[in-house]
Amino acid sequence: MSMQWTTLIVIIGCALVTMIPRVLPFLVVRNLNLPAPVLKWLSYIPVCILTALVVDNFLIQEKDSLRIDWQVIIVLIPTFLIAIKTRSLSITVIAGVMMMAAVRYFF
Amino acid sequence: MSHIQTVHQHTGCGTKTCTEIQTEQSGYSVQPPEEPGCDGAEKQTESTFADGVKDGIPTLLGYISIGLAAGIVGAASHLSVLEMGIMSLLVYAGAAQFIICGMLAVHAPVSAIILTTFIVNLRNFLLSATLAPHFTRYSLLRNIGIGLLVTDESFGVAAGRLAQGKPLNDRWMNGLNLIAYVSWVVSCVVGALFGSWIADPEQFGMDYALTAMFVALLVLQLGHLVPAKLKHYLQLMGYMVIAMLLLSLFVSSQLAVIIATVIVATIGVVTEK
Repeated sequence: MSMQWTTLIVIIGCALVTMIPRVLPFLVVRNLNLPAPVLKWLSYIPVCILTALVVDNFLIQEKDSLRIDWQVIIVLIPTFLIAIKTRSLSITVIAGVMMMAAVRYFF
Repeated sequence: MSHIQTVHQHTGCGTKTCTEIQTEQSGYSVQPPEEPGCDGAEKQTESTFADGVKDGIPTLLGYISIGLAAGIVGAASHLSVLEMGIMSLLVYAGAAQFIICGMLAVHAPVSAIILTTFIVNLRNFLLSATLAPHFTRYSLLRNIGIGLLVTDESFGVAAGRLAQGKPLNDRWMNGLNLIAYVSWVVSCVVGALFGSWIADPEQFGMDYALTAMFVALLVLQLGHLVPAKLKHYLQLMGYMVIAMLLLSLFVSSQLAVIIATVIVATIGVVTEK
């Protein structure tokens, strides 16, 4: 078991900059009533950010080009259908992983 | 995970008390119609810590597979198991930990690593800002405790609960957050321990667990909308795809996530009928 000073400093620094955006809204919102338009805006965040995270997963950013991971796109379609059909997080994840493994095996 | 499936089987109060049914219904799944005769004070029973843990269980495969991968990457970047464990405990962020390991391995400057981590995790501000208004009735300390452990996944589950019109409470949120936190730290450490054993987790499609999870969380978000609203949301999703593609040409995809979300959520407010 070893621990380097540089690594420890990096970890603590990174922990702090991760904590700030996580906690700040919880501190601010207590002392202030958010106006209705802001609350409405916040209600759109879940769908937007989840869509962004899905898109992020099929984009491959390289130094000077943007590529699309077609394997992910191919598996995404049945994943969506399974999610819509089952409405189950666990079934979707397990089926998704199996389909991805199959696609990687065959292509 | 079995409680999720059992929900469908209840057809009435029958042998179960209303409270038991209410508890079991807190899982992620299509809700059966309200049974007549089950209404009453007991319906309002608050969700417990254990309910939060149960609702978090379907997300664990995602944490475990990515945690193992993060541990393996850590080991490959010459981080010790202790260092990986402390990083998982303190930073507790998937994408950031991969980047930290990678940058440490190439001896990047400390300031650059910290700045990159800050940008990667900036979207957490949007997650917390969405959840925070639902917890203002609790003490400052409890709010900090909840905020510290919000992740994309626990946010997704909590937002799904809000989409179903159910309230959030502190015990449920803590259950959801803590089961995720524990499984993340454990799987990162296990990954670091067995770092050299699993050469290529991608071969088994493990990295897709997260994508599939976001797809399911997204569908669950949309599942409770009336058709008119659903159409609006689908349009916004289309704008999100376009915005992500365009922005990713110019900025890092982490920044693209934040900027696209801010823009399209604003479009959402403006175009709302």
